[in-house]
Amino acid sequence: MTEAVRARLQSILPPAVTIALFFAVWEVGCLVFSVDEFVLPRPTVALASYFKWQSAIWPNALQTLMTTLVGFGMAIGAGVALGAVIGYSSLMYRALYPVLIAFNSIPKAALVPVFVIWFGIGTVPAILIAFLISFFPIAVNVATGIATVEPELRDVLRSLGASQFDIFKKVGFPRAAPYFFASLKVAVTLAFVGSVIAELGAANSGIGNLMVIASSRFEVSLVFAGLLVVAAMGVALYAVFALLERRMVAWAYRGR
Amino acid sequence: MTPCVELRDVSLVYTSDGHAVHALEGVSLSIPRGAFVSIAGPSGCGKTTILRLVSGLMPATKGQVLIDGQLVTGPQKRVGMAFQNASLLPWRTALQNVLLPLEVVQPHRSQFQARRKEYEAEAYRLLQIVGLDGFAHKPPYQLSGGMQQRVALCRALVHKPEILLLDEPFAALDAFTREELWGVLQSLWMTQRCTVIMVTHDLREAVFLSDRVFVMSSRPGRIVSQVEIDLPRPRTLADTFRPGFVEYVHAIYDRIGEVRSTPTGGNA
Repeated sequence: MTEAVRARLQSILPPAVTIALFFAVWEVGCLVFSVDEFVLPRPTVALASYFKWQSAIWPNALQTLMTTLVGFGMAIGAGVALGAVIGYSSLMYRALYPVLIAFNSIPKAALVPVFVIWFGIGTVPAILIAFLISFFPIAVNVATGIATVEPELRDVLRSLGASQFDIFKKVGFPRAAPYFFASLKVAVTLAFVGSVIAELGAANSGIGNLMVIASSRFEVSLVFAGLLVVAAMGVALYAVFALLERRMVAWAYRGR
Repeated sequence: MTPCVELRDVSLVYTSDGHAVHALEGVSLSIPRGAFVSIAGPSGCGKTTILRLVSGLMPATKGQVLIDGQLVTGPQKRVGMAFQNASLLPWRTALQNVLLPLEVVQPHRSQFQARRKEYEAEAYRLLQIVGLDGFAHKPPYQLSGGMQQRVALCRALVHKPEILLLDEPFAALDAFTREELWGVLQSLWMTQRCTVIMVTHDLREAVFLSDRVFVMSSRPGRIVSQVEIDLPRPRTLADTFRPGFVEYVHAIYDRIGEVRSTPTGGNA
């Protein structure tokens, strides 16, 4: 076995074993305690249901992915802009931070009915909830990265006649990059959660909508198949952005 | 001849948690062009404050700070700075870190794209003097603490400042690296010939590098004596064990001892 293969195995094996164990305990537990399939279907049953309903699941999953990514894209734009503003100016920080906290304290699920009144049932509430839920961590992280520039570095640049904006461009922004990319992987899973929450009550399609319909028809195994798809997509989105982070800000990892 | 840097009866008072703190009181000193001077004294005596005043990052409460006979009113572009921490930008290579001032300070800033090759050659030359020519393209985290501090020195000098301000530049390094860097700084200074003001609490370091050492009292900081170091250059580490050198260190050490035993700060 070569070193590279060994290293690769060492990084993949532990999570793979944990996941396999989780499903094994679930499966065996259901069999041993003879849990009613109506209450908790075994993973193999959920999987069978997934293959049975595959053609119905995928268009809905893609719809959810679409609303997630659109809302997330908006969150990146707005989060970076607002984070830059409050990180750059302590006046703006004092003025806006309490409002931001207040907005973030509102449970996003409570906004779904409001959006239904404004925009009707459909794609728009899902996008907006995804946006609102994922925007906050991005803004806060970008602001932190920019606001915590070392005072010595600030002195070096100021003594050269650098303007506030120069310091922001040369130091603040690159410095905020690791914070930004770290927030992306958290924010994208949040956006996904937001989309699904909105679809549960205010959509005609999407994986959340599919689960509501399945549960109203007492297709419990399909509800669980939906849950599995949701989990898999969440992990996949996280993985994509974790990889992107590694690529973009390798310097912050110092060769680890 | 007008001195390069002059402080006339400078006092500085700032408020911290509602209390007035007298950082400096009636400090007067004058530094000739091209001289290497050190400011030594107990910690918290306002040594760093003097550097911030000279660089124009902070205004004096009373008195005047002059560079080339002109009153300092704002940040001075003719100044280079290095601190105890190298504070390099971790996303830039050593060479790119050295180039940073040229991207900011005028007139280099507007010519940066056009003269990039020339600037890079200058940065290389400096890295060569400090013995880092093989490390120009390494990121800071692949350099040792001493190497990072060498890069910081190059960064402070790349825009050819008239005045170099050093705030305990070697305090965070181990003894061997520190003494090695004394030699590096000396040769940088002998090729560049700018005026240097270095703050330090290492008296051997002060004597090794300086033409003149100012001794400060503790808060409120004032200059209690100045010692001319009349030793030939370039000085070597072997010189630090010679009687002449040791006498200077002792003289300054005794002076600081007197200052510390009189809490009111002694007389100028």
